[in-house]
Amino acid sequence: MRTAVAIFPGSNCDRDMAVAIKKITGKSPLKLWHKDTEAPNLDLIVIPGGFSFGDYLRCGALAARSPIIKNIKNHVSRGGALLGVCNGFQILIEANILPGSLVRNKKLLFTCRETTLEVQDSIQSPFLSSFNTGDCLNIPVAHNEGNYIANNELLKELENNGRIAFKYKKNSEIETDYNPNGSLNDIAGILSENGRVLGMMPHPERSISSLHGGTDGLKFLTKSIEQIVG
Amino acid sequence: MKVEVNISLKEGVLDPEGQAIDNTLRNLGYNNFDNIRTGKQIILNIDETDENEVLKQADKMCQELLVNIVIENYQINIIKDK
Amino acid sequence: MKKRNLELRDINENEYIAQQESNLDQALGMGLSKDEFELICNKINKIPNQTELGIFSAMFSEHCSYKSSKKWLKTLPTKAEHVIQGPGENAGVIDIGNDQAAVFKIESHNHPSFIEPYQGSATGVGGILRDVFTMGARPIALLNALRFGSVNHPLTKHLVSGVVKGIGGYGNCIGIPTVGGETNFNKSYDGNILVNAMAVGLAQKDKIFYSAATGAGNPVIYVGAKTGRDGIHGATMASAEFTESSSEKRPTVQVGDPFTGKLLLEACLELMQTDVVLSIQDMGAAGLTSSSVEMASKGGLGMHLNLDLVPIREEGMTSYEIMLSESQERMLMILKPGSEEAAKLIFNKWDLDFANIGEVTNTGRLVLDKNGFEACNIPINPLVEDAPEYDRPYEILQNKKIIKSDDFQSNQTLNDILIKMFKSPNIASKKWIWEQYDSSVMGDTILCNGKSDAAIVKIHGTETKKSLGKGIAMTTDCTPRYVKSDPIIGGMQAVCEAARNIAASGAKPLAITNNLNFGNPEKINVMGEIVGSIKGISQAASTFNTPIVSGNVSLYNETNGQGILPTPVIGMVGIIDEVESCLGISAGNNNTLIILGQKQNFTEGWLGCSLYQEIIIDDFDGAPPPIDLRTEKQIIETIMTLNNNKLLTGAHDISDGGLLTATCEMLFENRLGLNVNLPKTLLSSNSKDHLLHSWCFGEDQNRIIISTNESDKVVSLLKENLIDYYILGTTNTSSNLNLNELDTISVKEIYNINESTIPSLMDTYKS
Repeated sequence: MRTAVAIFPGSNCDRDMAVAIKKITGKSPLKLWHKDTEAPNLDLIVIPGGFSFGDYLRCGALAARSPIIKNIKNHVSRGGALLGVCNGFQILIEANILPGSLVRNKKLLFTCRETTLEVQDSIQSPFLSSFNTGDCLNIPVAHNEGNYIANNELLKELENNGRIAFKYKKNSEIETDYNPNGSLNDIAGILSENGRVLGMMPHPERSISSLHGGTDGLKFLTKSIEQIVG
Repeated sequence: MKVEVNISLKEGVLDPEGQAIDNTLRNLGYNNFDNIRTGKQIILNIDETDENEVLKQADKMCQELLVNIVIENYQINIIKDK
Repeated sequence: MKKRNLELRDINENEYIAQQESNLDQALGMGLSKDEFELICNKINKIPNQTELGIFSAMFSEHCSYKSSKKWLKTLPTKAEHVIQGPGENAGVIDIGNDQAAVFKIESHNHPSFIEPYQGSATGVGGILRDVFTMGARPIALLNALRFGSVNHPLTKHLVSGVVKGIGGYGNCIGIPTVGGETNFNKSYDGNILVNAMAVGLAQKDKIFYSAATGAGNPVIYVGAKTGRDGIHGATMASAEFTESSSEKRPTVQVGDPFTGKLLLEACLELMQTDVVLSIQDMGAAGLTSSSVEMASKGGLGMHLNLDLVPIREEGMTSYEIMLSESQERMLMILKPGSEEAAKLIFNKWDLDFANIGEVTNTGRLVLDKNGFEACNIPINPLVEDAPEYDRPYEILQNKKIIKSDDFQSNQTLNDILIKMFKSPNIASKKWIWEQYDSSVMGDTILCNGKSDAAIVKIHGTETKKSLGKGIAMTTDCTPRYVKSDPIIGGMQAVCEAARNIAASGAKPLAITNNLNFGNPEKINVMGEIVGSIKGISQAASTFNTPIVSGNVSLYNETNGQGILPTPVIGMVGIIDEVESCLGISAGNNNTLIILGQKQNFTEGWLGCSLYQEIIIDDFDGAPPPIDLRTEKQIIETIMTLNNNKLLTGAHDISDGGLLTATCEMLFENRLGLNVNLPKTLLSSNSKDHLLHSWCFGEDQNRIIISTNESDKVVSLLKENLIDYYILGTTNTSSNLNLNELDTISVKEIYNINESTIPSLMDTYKS
């Protein structure tokens, strides 16, 4: 299993993601620096969370113009698996690897808390094939711009073609705050057309210990890695 | 009447966003520019026809809410419909 | 001489002005006194030029010289076996075993946060983080102690919103979790809020970096962001004269750039992995002035800098402006000669400026060149050692009046009071605030933000086969109304509550950083508050062997002559050997709640200076609850023993709002119920009975409520050790809190009030 974490100036969840991957594979992932113009063949690249380039201009916009992005696009076209978490998701969107847009949370406040994700009925994807539709994962979010928006056409395309990976789930009828950012149709993560690229706002790498954050994130990452290796 | 408020950081106030954009533009090969400053624009329709009154009201809004007068400057323009 | 100046004038008019002799009026304008100006002239044997005067005024300021408090700060206990570095460095350092050290400090950014709440609090966080990583430590947690004015004051919501966004804006972006702290409201802060930020970092014990300059001839390196005219005091003559026809008054607000802060953090830590950094100091208040002077002074050396080499952001900056700029995200370092190129590569990789701006000298003087002329040449010693130290007159006022439950006249039921308690923003859940802070980045946060009395963060990489690893416990505490009524008891109480919180989270208290926020020390009673609380802090800190290793003093917190409540904030750090044994406040079902430190025959609670009193009379009065340090120590040791024996499921100290408030907070998470075991004499009292109220809401100290499912073992251990205890009852799933047959309180209802108080105050406000 060859994994790598892409690091941009301002990334701040790169270490956490590396810790999580090492916990699963026993091996630290390779570190890709944003200026790297060459990268070896890899099975999985993760773009971690953080505030690449300080979130200036638009979240992910400056990172999406970094030299490494060309490599990442090559990796995707080779059929490599790619996971973008939080700011990583924002970068994937700014780099046109995933469609749509992530705008400011509806309440205009940074939000850090637990959320419940419901696995959707999706196309074949290594990230989800070990889960059943309707399975729930408790994974925290921490972001300011996680409000996913798309035009009607795109939304239809995503909904009808099984490209929505996760939605925030309402745990009880009276719960009003289950969606932390006001995203369209409660979308928390989406897939590429071939299912091998996943962008998600919640942080699975922060949910890898029974003592804090629970272990649903670890379960998700472990199953994903198993499937990617095949 | 439609007005736009252009808000910018006062001269001398650090603009980290401008600096980050400056850096990336240079990395993309653009070097023929200088002194990037970011700001924001607010457009609003004021229910009033007298230009002076519109400017007066917009100015009051700027002072009270729209602008952080400690670090920001602003300019109000009336947008004339075609 | 004249000719030279004429030449300079040709080059730069403003620099020419900066190099002219100053006068007394200018000194007064910079906040120096007549005596201080004369002292300066005497010590340097000349009349300082304006740049030199600016440097003196910065170094003689209260902020840099601690001139009003130094005499008393020296009396604080600062030593213990586990102390590696006490006050005087960028941050304090303590030994936490495994060759590791915890590095921490708290610092205020009160005034800037009132002027511009977002940038003020953001740069406060940035500044305290730099203090910690300057020492070679990677920051692992942030806390903040905030004090705002009354919620009804027109500015309060704007300030809360801005400060919280600013703290999150910096901390979230740089990727250090904000895990704890406190937020309180009182009208005394209406015109003067307090924003105290604390950072805790982790370093290798043998890899601590200090600020004393070494080795004449060694290069002085400037790294980080460029220097602009940020934060130069607008009121001084200099800026008034320099900015000739500027149409706008130059803002003195510093803007924080957490992105550059993050790059600086990574670049510095990367460089520190090599062995080329001889000394390093962050450029905080008074920027290049205080950093260069302090480094040279501590090393007993001098410094010769060429200000033309300082990376600047704006054109035409004068020596005065460069020396006094408070631009953020900058550091000054002394490197081993010959290592500059390798070091530069690291900073270039992180897109940061790196400039060799001069060298260490053995002249004992600060010499600055600008535009080819000598802009400053003064001895270092008078800047630091001759800085004034005042023995200001003081009077410690201690309110001795005892408030009895009979003194109260109100017709409110327990339920009424409890509802008001949780409608008070001082008691209500601060979730609205915490959720705006990233508390889980770095993946090591075990307990934070209200889930426990102290936050617990795992020490990365200490996992063993047996345990998930060690953890650091952190809290900030102070009860200003106690300090106001009796500074000595108030000072003690702040330390006791902090130690109690650390212990109640399962950890062992180790050391303190303090932030002493007071009004004008030239007032005899305010000085009394300073002296009294330092006395109280000292006594308590000695008792627990938790020395003060770093801190900050913020004086003159006044508006229109009205001082704030005296607020000596205690930030305490502790250690927990196995993080899995940490304790939260929430009780489980069928747990027995036992109050440690409460006598069986306790019937009348202490209502002087209590929140209960504040709710009834909208003010506080009387003596604060007394403190018994010996008992406090016993209680802290007892809870540690109980926890080591794995007998506890949770713990929560009794503080603001008393016993019943604390009990509710333990029941909230699982919406549990409890049949409260009342003392016999109170059994027949009705719910409006003030004696019963005092039992429920009195703020008697030295008490912690523990929850356990092994109450027999706990009780026998307590009896064995002669510890006072009181069994409060056993939790159930009814979600009802019953005090006697007449009073049933719905925990769900109180919980909902607790959750909605602050959102409903803030949501009506759109920033």
